[in-house]
Amino acid sequence: MINKTVSTVSEALEGVQNGMTLMLGGFGLCGIPEKAIAELVRIQVTNLTCISNNAGVDTFGLGLLLQQKQIKKMIASYVGENAEFERQMLSGEMDVELIPQGTLAERARAAQAGFPAFYTPAGYGTEVAEGKEVREFNGKMHVLEQAFDADFAFIKAWKGDEAGNLIFKGTARNFNPNMCGAAKITVVEVEELVSAGSLDPNQIHVPGIFVQRIFEGTDYEKRIEQRTVRSKT
Amino acid sequence: MALDKNGIAQRIAQELQDGYYVNLGIGIPTLVANYIPNEIAVEFQSENGVLGMGPFPFEGEEDADIINAGKQTITTLDGASFFDSATSFAMIRGKHVDLTILGAMEVSQTGDIANWKIPGKMVKGMGGAMDLVASAENIIVAMMHTNRAGVSKLLKKCNLPLTGVGCVKKIITELAVMDIGPTGFILRETAPGVSIDEIIKATAGDLHIAEDVHEMSF
Repeated sequence: MINKTVSTVSEALEGVQNGMTLMLGGFGLCGIPEKAIAELVRIQVTNLTCISNNAGVDTFGLGLLLQQKQIKKMIASYVGENAEFERQMLSGEMDVELIPQGTLAERARAAQAGFPAFYTPAGYGTEVAEGKEVREFNGKMHVLEQAFDADFAFIKAWKGDEAGNLIFKGTARNFNPNMCGAAKITVVEVEELVSAGSLDPNQIHVPGIFVQRIFEGTDYEKRIEQRTVRSKT
Repeated sequence: MALDKNGIAQRIAQELQDGYYVNLGIGIPTLVANYIPNEIAVEFQSENGVLGMGPFPFEGEEDADIINAGKQTITTLDGASFFDSATSFAMIRGKHVDLTILGAMEVSQTGDIANWKIPGKMVKGMGGAMDLVASAENIIVAMMHTNRAGVSKLLKKCNLPLTGVGCVKKIITELAVMDIGPTGFILRETAPGVSIDEIIKATAGDLHIAEDVHEMSF
């Protein structure tokens, strides 16, 4: 067994420097690497390029990095729900590249799987395709999109073992499995870290080979963005 | 009288067929889930990674790890599954999802759709909409016929930045059911009590009246 565990979040983020490109899992505030984000805020790295589906809200998630102006460029598919983000984008303080959600997922997966690029129909005929190579397959136009090239991927899983094998819960899975192994170093935080052999190999969502560092986080806030309920009566 | 949002959702629900996997966008499309005919089985896909989406949870039972693409807390039904984002868009891009229902700011008579950006005013992003409209065989747009200022959203050509080109097949509004034909919109059904003249006035693009045009039935 190759042991991937590190004992602290600061050890997990060793090597993160100004100007790096980071990928972060999560959809809205669901399944975001809370502990890694808190540490990025603490160590005050700046000029970051962040690849994540969303940019958090003003007081949580990537919004915390925005408040400190640590992000130089954001690559995302949807960035509503964040006033500070909008302000920095409209004032030109931050560069923003909006891309289709499926393209974002696939650019991560391509990096993970060793594909330099792929064709997708998403965005053809829109400003997303501007300056990109297009090609017809089976009578339909497609856009050439390239794999991401990131320094670190920060992942949140539910359970993991010492070997880096991961299991996700509910829709907190989202982009997390696709980003594992899609950057030079993949750092995973889990709610429960168990010894190798404790997880059923049949139930593993992401094999440990895609993971370089794993640690257990405590006191996850797991903030809900839109609490919608129905009454029992 | 023109339909309200629930009425639009109710009319769209008539388009659902037994065995359909359906992706519902935010807004009016979400309401369609309330009007599934009893005799058919459909499953709702949410692109953040769930198939077999159920109703909102009871108070106190909400789980931060189980949400839909609108970031709302949800439940799952028997037979549901969770998956990663690449798999989710494989379902969409690979045409495994049978029907996509989404909102729009503008639709053109050639089936172009704009719903993600108003330059200088609103830039929230396209989310999964560009992937959905580029791949789905069957797209229904659910929207109001005109904007708040009374300006038609059914145009010859879209003014706003596009989400997709030539992809919309059917539009259902508070006034009408329309298809995209070779030379413009085709009026198929009118909302109860709404005249054809009213619909012509509210439509800026070319509108052809189908020979068998009739009133919607509920």
